[in-house]
Amino acid sequence: MDKVTIAIAGNPNCGKTTMFNALTGARQHVANWPGVTVEKKVGRMHAQGREIELVDLPGTYSLTAYTQEELVSRNYLVEERPEVVVDILNADALERNLYLAVQFREMGIPLVLGLNMMDEVHRHGKDIDTERLATLTGCPTVETVARNGEGKNRLLDAALKLAEEKQGEWHPLHISYGPDLDPVLTEMEEIIETSGFMTDRIPARWTGIKYLEHDEDVVLKGRVMDADVSNRLEKMADKVSDHTIKTLKAAPDAIIADYRYGYIAGIIKGVVSYPVLDSRRISMSDKIDKVLTHKFLGPLIMLGIVYMIYKITFTVGEIPMGWLESLFGWLGETVYAAMPDGLLRSLMVSGVIDGVGGVLGFVPLIMFMFLMISALEDSGYIARMAYMLDRVFRTFGLHGTSVLPFIVSGGIAGGCAVPGVMASRTLRSPREKLATLFVAPYMTCGAKVPVFLMLAAAFFPNQGAAVMVAITLGAWVMALIVARILRWTVIRGESTPFVMELPPYRMPTLAGVLIHTWERTWEYAKKAGTVILGISILLWALMTFPQLPEAEVAKFEAERAPIAAQIEALGENPPESAIAPLEDKLSEITNREAEDALRNTFAGRIGTALEPVSELAGFNWRTNIALTGGFAAKEIIVSTLGTAYSLGDVDPEDAQPLSRRIAADPGFSKAGAIALIIFVMLYAPCFVTVVTMARESSWKWAMFSVFGSTGLAFGLAVAAFQITKNIL
Amino acid sequence: MSRTICLRQAKVNQKIKILTVSAEGELGRRIRDMGLIPGTEVHVIGKAPLKDPVALRLKDFTLTLRNSEADHIMVEPLED
Repeated sequence: MDKVTIAIAGNPNCGKTTMFNALTGARQHVANWPGVTVEKKVGRMHAQGREIELVDLPGTYSLTAYTQEELVSRNYLVEERPEVVVDILNADALERNLYLAVQFREMGIPLVLGLNMMDEVHRHGKDIDTERLATLTGCPTVETVARNGEGKNRLLDAALKLAEEKQGEWHPLHISYGPDLDPVLTEMEEIIETSGFMTDRIPARWTGIKYLEHDEDVVLKGRVMDADVSNRLEKMADKVSDHTIKTLKAAPDAIIADYRYGYIAGIIKGVVSYPVLDSRRISMSDKIDKVLTHKFLGPLIMLGIVYMIYKITFTVGEIPMGWLESLFGWLGETVYAAMPDGLLRSLMVSGVIDGVGGVLGFVPLIMFMFLMISALEDSGYIARMAYMLDRVFRTFGLHGTSVLPFIVSGGIAGGCAVPGVMASRTLRSPREKLATLFVAPYMTCGAKVPVFLMLAAAFFPNQGAAVMVAITLGAWVMALIVARILRWTVIRGESTPFVMELPPYRMPTLAGVLIHTWERTWEYAKKAGTVILGISILLWALMTFPQLPEAEVAKFEAERAPIAAQIEALGENPPESAIAPLEDKLSEITNREAEDALRNTFAGRIGTALEPVSELAGFNWRTNIALTGGFAAKEIIVSTLGTAYSLGDVDPEDAQPLSRRIAADPGFSKAGAIALIIFVMLYAPCFVTVVTMARESSWKWAMFSVFGSTGLAFGLAVAAFQITKNIL
Repeated sequence: MSRTICLRQAKVNQKIKILTVSAEGELGRRIRDMGLIPGTEVHVIGKAPLKDPVALRLKDFTLTLRNSEADHIMVEPLED
């Protein structure tokens, strides 16, 4: 059976992905393009007895080399040479959408035009002469409505037919770029042709155009291929560039863009007819925008929407989260009961089931968050949020879209940095995205809340609420300040241009939102099974080995024996008053044993070894272990402190006894509590977040976040401790 | 009556025509890729709550850009 590869391309917001989903249904998988974090979607299907591979190229407005998306699309076309490209166009904005199509034609790829959103075109009273468009562009053209799948089969048929006809032949389109550029381009073409410069893959004229545009990617590759030819071409490009800047006040790339639009305007003239009164007509989207981006109402409505996302994610998401927690709790108990006492059981229960369970427990949250964010994204609202907030966030070197990751991460106390970091995908600008990723985990996530509550209850018994508010606000302030510092130092550079389309409001399709949500959730769940399982086992080992020496264990055994004997002596039905104090004594000894055992492990030794340094911030060895464990998940801070203060198992939801215990510890003061709050707020994100962060950026950046944030947290904690110690 | 002003100075609801785009490199490319080229007629439809960025309506779609980017675009107001 023949195999045909069809690439689907198009502008962002043109319905390209909807069409891809409609064509492939569930038969698609998502990965990343090699080396970059741009999503790669591939779907397989059969039609007309042929096997078809559909590749969804990232949405771009152009095929230059300035964004990762554009580079990915271009390199894919050049290197993989798919049989045909289907360009999905938003027919309602045909002129701008054809700009990309023209660039495909200039490369010479067999191209099929999918005139999508024809329903909107008709609703707006416009008329498009599809046949004429096909004749003028020389591309088969099919009218479609991706939302309901209309025209998708005709589109596929047209693509297959074209693939058959062309058999991989490329016929580049020649556009005239005017009297200044045309002669140079012809000369360049000759040089390229005669020296066979990259001509096995790309048409000579296209290479020439790229040299005129000063396209870095092509020029660099050219230098490697043949430095001599490249040098000549570069000189020619520089010369003509000097000339046009002098005479036309425009660089060649601007002239090329103008001529392309000129070419498109020529096509459009006879193809699209607007209704007579159209210029006066205000579109529905513009009307909605009058309210949703209003000076006062806009921000208020935005707050409302953000609050709603947050509320729904955490109230509705909590229900299935509870089920998962019970499921893993049950699984843990069952395994515990089924296995003999020993290390293997401890590994299975504490290392594997608790570790992976803790991570999978987030799945419902992530699902609901993405469900709503996908819906907001598809509706076009996220672009409006960025538009309204850009001015504020830019002051701190961030981007308007950064607000979403912040909120989800716990900007309103109680979020979670994992979906928060994943939400940074809506940021298209790389520098701002890095800064956002770095500081989003500072927000007060749901796992930090019990830690803060416990400390507030211990040291600020009557000001709990005020302390929580101060912590939440403090996190925002720190995040913005650190982002600003990062943008002044490690990720210095111009802010990314904010030239963004406000797509018309559209009702999101259920299928689109569900597919989006599924992809992102599944990706996260897969991680839980691999990297996260490994780290979880490592942490378990750190907190288990080495075990207490036999002699120590025997000593505790010896302490317990007489008490156990006393209970035995009380007979079958002892009075409650007699047995209760004895049982308390027993558990007190067991707890002391647990404390000693923990102190003896690697984690405990690390904690003790760190004491001389951490003392500067007022942390003792117990806090150190808890904080180390907190790297696995912040919830662990409370439960580990419980063990270290030999309280037995402490329920993180109810940390009252621990509060009293800590308040009574002479080694722990108000100053120490403040330092600890600051440290917990800012130090390394939990490892699930780190893994997610690495996935969204790079391991290098995730590691920088771990060490950078911890360093900063420690510095500030020391400062806070040293200052407040003398005041309070 | 034709006078040249900078896009930053254009008022909400004003209709304008783009005369020149002087931005180069990435920014210039981005502006042009989005269809802001000389000769385009644009309707300023709004400004964000803090007066920046500004939202523009082109024939078929809506764009936003920052004032610092609008500085590179010279326009002429159109009589209604």
